[in-house]
Amino acid sequence: MGLLEIATLIQDRYPDQVIEVVTCREQAGVILHKEKILEICRWLHDDPVLQFNHLADLCGVDYLHKKDVRFEVVYNLYSIPTKRRIRLRAQVPEDDCWIDSVTPVWIGANWHERECYDLFGIKFKGHPDMRRILLPEDWEGHPLRKDYPLDGGRRNWRGYDEVKEKARRLREYDFYGMYEDPTKKIGLKDVSK
Amino acid sequence: MSANKPDLKLIKNDTPGGENEAYTVAMGPQHPATHGVLKLDLELDGETVIKCRPTVGFLHRGVEKLAENMSYAQVLPLTDRLDYIASMANNVAYSIAVETLLGIETPLRAKYIRTMVMEMARLTGHLLWLATHALDIGAMTVFLYCFRERENLLDMFEELCGARLTTTYTCIGGVRQDVTGHFLETLYAFTEEFPSRVKEYETLIDQNRIWLKRTKGIGVITAEQAVSLGLTGPSLRGSGVDYDVRKHMPYDAYPFVEFEVPIGSEGDVYDRYRCRMEEFLQSNSIIRQCIEQLPAGPVRAEDAPDLVMEYNPAKKVAADATFSSGIIKLMEDRDRYMQGDVYVAAEVPKGELGFYFVSDGHGRPYRMHIRSPSYIHIGALPYLCEGYMVADVIANIGSLDVVLGECDR
Repeated sequence: MGLLEIATLIQDRYPDQVIEVVTCREQAGVILHKEKILEICRWLHDDPVLQFNHLADLCGVDYLHKKDVRFEVVYNLYSIPTKRRIRLRAQVPEDDCWIDSVTPVWIGANWHERECYDLFGIKFKGHPDMRRILLPEDWEGHPLRKDYPLDGGRRNWRGYDEVKEKARRLREYDFYGMYEDPTKKIGLKDVSK
Repeated sequence: MSANKPDLKLIKNDTPGGENEAYTVAMGPQHPATHGVLKLDLELDGETVIKCRPTVGFLHRGVEKLAENMSYAQVLPLTDRLDYIASMANNVAYSIAVETLLGIETPLRAKYIRTMVMEMARLTGHLLWLATHALDIGAMTVFLYCFRERENLLDMFEELCGARLTTTYTCIGGVRQDVTGHFLETLYAFTEEFPSRVKEYETLIDQNRIWLKRTKGIGVITAEQAVSLGLTGPSLRGSGVDYDVRKHMPYDAYPFVEFEVPIGSEGDVYDRYRCRMEEFLQSNSIIRQCIEQLPAGPVRAEDAPDLVMEYNPAKKVAADATFSSGIIKLMEDRDRYMQGDVYVAAEVPKGELGFYFVSDGHGRPYRMHIRSPSYIHIGALPYLCEGYMVADVIANIGSLDVVLGECDR
């Protein structure tokens, strides 16, 4: 089985979907349009010869200013019975930032896709539970995008105002003047005098 | 389907305030049996779990984003902090991935040493798994026995590289230091003794009626479902699927050593436990073979990159072929940092740890994605827990062997 055989099979079956076949270090990848990704994945999974039953990895890549189409969703597939490997790279443009979910094919794609949505902002259509997963639910932005600021800016951390307000209210109970003079110790009598 | 798994459709879920109302219990993130900071929202009917919703991300440190601004060599210490139980295995997995990307051939001696330390890491990882798994189910003695052997292995790591947990022992293109004769002698003596220790653990729990009641027929997952969920490692092999990265895509010295991959059949907690117990002996045998076959030679490739890799590739001086007048010009050395992407996986104690790199021709990863087995395994947890008792949730978490540092990255 040659390196490019599966890539050629995909190209023969979906000639209008395949943009390019790339190789790197004896690994083959197929760059695709996003429209028929679910159909292609289902075919690769169900075909009795190919049997790509193991979704090894799914992740997003941001090619800001490097390629015309900004995002790519990368599927690393492996076939346990036939010991073959193929990589699909579906292009997702920034202004139309969604792709079909492959959870109907592999159940395990669920958390992969949630992570990809969390960190890149790519929506997966047909996903059963499209929420953030690694970051808090009220997080702003998608950190693995290349234009995400590396510097946090001058804003206070979340919850800062609440803590400050609580501290202000607690001052009403400052009977010993601790807040005025933090070095002052309370409750301890100086026995040396 | 096991006999003691009730049919979920029979359970009535009344309106709030009703007699059979399901109630929610938050397990974690500070629960000792969740092995870190994992939160499970359990919807219960009596003691039966109707729904299980895991929440992760409490330990998210953004390793992938950090790596984008570091050289390949600088990322290596970050991989220690993924699966901190067996960090040596992560080091090896990362090194293999970067070597594949940069096209570096590791010397044979380094390959053997790395195989050896990876199997030692597998022993430490499985020992801690057995200790905590048994402790969760209620066997205290096993915990103490396992930590005795784990301590020996950690001492050997300390002798090897000065650190016990965060090792950073390998480097891109080999290992940092050669092994000493004393280290090999200690390790060989350990491997001679270790199989009898494994027997000790087995006498404690293997025929124990409480242990069997708690593990047999619990958390059953079929082979087809396990593959679809993306389970790897002993968790997958417990269901009877023969998939081991060491056999399917051999790396380092694994093609030169003989070992078997233990396979289960039922796919329950007990079979996953048996798979790992068999792996103890296989790993032990691999370490022995590595010591016996260890060839002489260098432990680091000649063209291994320095710790400080330039962001821009070095310009090399080359004679211009078109002029014979001795004119020389600067050419960019783009051979090393090639453009492209690779996905390379290795078998760590938890399963398949994969690294996906996108390189844009600079000395830093343009994008690094870590396919961590624990992340996928926690995603599969609802499929294991729903329909069983709340006490079986603990057994299921233990049998999947998750580490939250690796899950959250």
